[in-house]
Amino acid sequence: MEKKERIGVYVCHCGTNIAGVVNVGEVSTWAAENLKEQGVVISRDYKFMCSSLGQELIQKDIKEHGLTRVVVAACSPHLHEQTFRNACKGADLNPYLCELVSIREQSSWVHTDKVAATEKSKALIAGGVARVVHHEPLEPLRVPIHPATLVVGGGIAGIQAALEIANAGYPVYLVEREPSIGGHMAQFDKTFPTLDCSACILTPKMVEAGSHPNITLLTYSEVEKVDGYVGNFVVTVRKRARSVNEELCTGCGICWEKCPKKVVDNVFEAGMGTRKAIYVPFPQAVPKYPVIDRENCTYYIKGTCKACEKFCPTNAIDFAQEDQILNIEVGNIILATGYELFDARRITQYGYGRLANVFTSLEFERLSNAAGPTGGNIVLRDGKTTPKVVGIVHCVGSRDKNYNEYCSAICCMQSLKFAHLVHERTGAEVYNFYIDIRTPAKGYEEFYHRLLEEGTHFIRGKVAEITDAVRLPGEEGKLIVQVEDTLTGNQLRVPVDMVILSAGLEPRRDAKEVAKKFGISCSADGWLIERHPKLDPVATVTEGIYIAGCVQGPKDIPASVAQGAAAAARILGKIQQKEIALEPVRASINQEQCSGCRICNNLCPFNAILFHEDRMVSEVNPALCQGCGTCVAACPAGAISGTGFSNEQILSQIEGLLLLNIPKKETVA
Amino acid sequence: MSKPKFAMYWAASCGGCEIAVLNIHEKILDVDANFEVVFWPVAMDAKYKDVEAMEDGAILLTLFNGGIRNDENEHMAKLLRKKSQILVAFGSCACEGCIPGLANFSPIQQVVDTAFGTISTDNPNNVRPQTSYEMPEGAIHIPTLLPVLKTLDQVVDVDYYMPGCPPESHQIAAVIDLVIQVLQGKAQLPPKGSVIGAGGSTVCDECPRKRNVKTIKEFGRIQLTEADPELCLLEQGIPCNGPATRSGCGAKCPSAGAQCIGCYGPAEGVVDYGARLIAAFGSVIDADKPEDIERILDGLVDPAGQFYRFNLAGSLLRAAKPAWKSGD
Amino acid sequence: MTDTPETQPFDKAQGESFEPVIIGFTCNWCSYRAADMAGTARMKYAPNVRLIRLMCSGRLDPTFVLKAFAGGADAVLISGCHPGDCHYINQNYKMLRRFHLLKRVLQQMGIEPERLKLLWASAAEGAIFAEEINKFVEQVRPLGPLNWKPGNGAHVEAPVHEEVPA
Repeated sequence: MEKKERIGVYVCHCGTNIAGVVNVGEVSTWAAENLKEQGVVISRDYKFMCSSLGQELIQKDIKEHGLTRVVVAACSPHLHEQTFRNACKGADLNPYLCELVSIREQSSWVHTDKVAATEKSKALIAGGVARVVHHEPLEPLRVPIHPATLVVGGGIAGIQAALEIANAGYPVYLVEREPSIGGHMAQFDKTFPTLDCSACILTPKMVEAGSHPNITLLTYSEVEKVDGYVGNFVVTVRKRARSVNEELCTGCGICWEKCPKKVVDNVFEAGMGTRKAIYVPFPQAVPKYPVIDRENCTYYIKGTCKACEKFCPTNAIDFAQEDQILNIEVGNIILATGYELFDARRITQYGYGRLANVFTSLEFERLSNAAGPTGGNIVLRDGKTTPKVVGIVHCVGSRDKNYNEYCSAICCMQSLKFAHLVHERTGAEVYNFYIDIRTPAKGYEEFYHRLLEEGTHFIRGKVAEITDAVRLPGEEGKLIVQVEDTLTGNQLRVPVDMVILSAGLEPRRDAKEVAKKFGISCSADGWLIERHPKLDPVATVTEGIYIAGCVQGPKDIPASVAQGAAAAARILGKIQQKEIALEPVRASINQEQCSGCRICNNLCPFNAILFHEDRMVSEVNPALCQGCGTCVAACPAGAISGTGFSNEQILSQIEGLLLLNIPKKETVA
Repeated sequence: MSKPKFAMYWAASCGGCEIAVLNIHEKILDVDANFEVVFWPVAMDAKYKDVEAMEDGAILLTLFNGGIRNDENEHMAKLLRKKSQILVAFGSCACEGCIPGLANFSPIQQVVDTAFGTISTDNPNNVRPQTSYEMPEGAIHIPTLLPVLKTLDQVVDVDYYMPGCPPESHQIAAVIDLVIQVLQGKAQLPPKGSVIGAGGSTVCDECPRKRNVKTIKEFGRIQLTEADPELCLLEQGIPCNGPATRSGCGAKCPSAGAQCIGCYGPAEGVVDYGARLIAAFGSVIDADKPEDIERILDGLVDPAGQFYRFNLAGSLLRAAKPAWKSGD
Repeated sequence: MTDTPETQPFDKAQGESFEPVIIGFTCNWCSYRAADMAGTARMKYAPNVRLIRLMCSGRLDPTFVLKAFAGGADAVLISGCHPGDCHYINQNYKMLRRFHLLKRVLQQMGIEPERLKLLWASAAEGAIFAEEINKFVEQVRPLGPLNWKPGNGAHVEAPVHEEVPA
């Protein structure tokens, strides 16, 4: 007979969160009386197990009662597993000999029937007790951390993250899809609520990132593949051919001056302006080197032209340049790939794309930008007429079950900013059509009041339609905004000259593929999911992969910057520890039992299983193994075992949950 | 000094195990030299009452083959358990139910009806056996069928398991050698509950066929397939149970061109043999859409029969619901 | 491997209101978090399901399902990340394939297909998780207890030979 474990059971009240529904005292007594056979020697209930007093209680019992296993019935292990593992560790009990049973998320919070919830909690605890017997003392796997970091996305969040890490003295690779870093912020004119010039505050950061000795800029580049694991990623980056030799180019600008081919710039200028076939997206672009857009360049289309080559004073044009594939070793990765603007065409009744003077927010940013296509003149699509009345529609594609249910967070403030700029620059009358005004951050509400004082009209109601169909006198030549003013209950038709659609933010179209590539998950909407919505907003479920900025969800510049810095701080902490402890949940193959049938060989998406042709057996590389357990379940010989989730643990838990092997006792009334 | 006593018994079995024992050839003389054979219905005349008269533990070694199909089998299992120091579940039937255990898919009445009422049975009056019958000379009895067939260890405590249908003769010889060596103090018995006379891996370990990474696009039946004689059968879509079946047989079937059907039972530590194959075959099906998966699975006729041919009675579920329900 | 003791049915109410006992398997990343979310949002659902957390639905060994049924569960729930959303890239597909095969075997074993349910739930789908559990419980309830007991008759004493003194 093997040595019997000595198990302590701790039932948490969680204030009234658990105790309000589950009879914790009864559960605790039940465990003490009925789970003796399983090894329970002590069972207690306590107000807050996670408090330091609660933890000390466990530690005291471990020492005084010689506990060899601990079961804590409290909240979800995702919340406090670490807490109680640490508590065990503090009392010299291997932390992996502790099991958390969730009787809050899985019982008290979701059930109303107190008796049923109490009975279920008993079963859950019996399962935990049966399982914990088979826990093994484990040591976390320690792997070295490569000091370099990959930042994907060169918007403000990515730039901030890169700078924080680089300034701390560690190398950063900053990968950006576009020819320049800067992201959406580079397109904006002013930033709310301070009305700082966006370029004025962004450019110095771009320049710093571009010239920082610790930052390797990889613009016009994309991540193709991610291999490895935290501390030791190998990332394959495709650096697309710029057709310009960066060693030779000085960024003088003669080439794009001389280039005869004009192209509508749908990216940076949001279709409002043009660029050349060889171009930098905007004057302050970092890096300064241009790129030839091969789809539009006359030379690539027709084989002649080469104007840029002719005029380049340093012979930097290289038409034969090829994409480069780089393999980069990094320890951690930050994804800051940002957002896309909601395509306002989808709401056909708003007329965008059909009615000339309906603009999107990004178009308006370019329109009002001094460096934009109109030099900052706010004019209609004809390029000359100054609007006299402007309508700004909030929540376009946001807070709408037909498109996106979520609030895009920035549109209210952006709309207020637009209203101010229109008012200031044109003196036009401005109408804001809103559902609710949301101004929750520092200085935002004050800005709203400033707008109210400026005389902007605010009409509470969701715009039904924007039309040029005239029904009433005075509507000729106008756009009519049809809306119900929900404060007065009146149907209004507001004739305006210009409409700005404050379009919401959407995840990048390829968010799902990106998530897959990096081995993390995204929500149904497509925003990447953080490890914890409140307490761990920049980490992801995959160790070593962090998210910052709008890729995680709509947010404004200060929040994006804060997340960039936060992700950097998390990574710096990791780098400075030089190594990281990984959860020791790993598969391993019993080499004697393995028959080399090769069933498992292609089951591992992380390529952790290798087959030894010479010995005809398979083996798991523990550093690559992510602990999913798929091969464990698949092995026909039962030769693969998985720590933390072994067959014995799970089968015993099933027995416990079904209250097998428990002496019959009368049911409690 | 008298020799240690040896017994062998057959419960619900075909007799193949007995033949396998005789197939050890002259080694059988070692059995005779080292043991006194006290009970072996197939080889000698001995009565149950002789066994009943023995002292408990009087027999050193009993090889028990056959499953527990009726109350007589059960009685003998209990009796021999009491009288034996070492009780070995010998052969697939005793270990895990084997072919007779396939009756556990059907209600017992249906099993009886099939046996006594189908075309292969000459039974013009459609007679059914009765457990007790009044004759002028007095009542006669035949054993009562249990609703489901049970393995030996579902009825009594078992010391060792020796798998195979039947166990390979060279494995039997090796086990006999071992026991003799133990008797002579030259070796030690393995821990109680061990599987003896078999390997520690699975059939693939002994299979000479070439093996690659597996993806199954289609299942086929061996009699309808022209299989590559060099290549792993499973890779060719033939449901070969080798990957999950304990080694020890020398991979006889796949070597001879037939798929392994699993008579050596599960590998060490496996709780449910069929589940291993469900998991393994399932994992390597080359389809992700439910309809494609289903289409591939259509090629696997009678999956439960495929996975539990030898193991149904010894599996976690033991019997299909209609079968055990028939005992209610 | 002796006879499995019967489930202690202390929460199986007698009589008409049969409360099925359901064992549920969740993956650590999506479906367990969906359960967490249902909790955090105080969504109410039937107390019949007892969950087991695996790291991935790919860890689901059919043995676990068989064990649950054999041990007295009336139904089994298997849940994981949506296809394509697996935390481990695509392991849930491997579970899906096994699930289809397992379903066929269970049917041959006389277990109603309604007693086994597959549920994809993302970490954000607490409401769906709760709702689907309620539906599942109502789906199982009319089937009555499964109460698996193939050991039935195991203890039939052999009456014919009883007269022989041991």
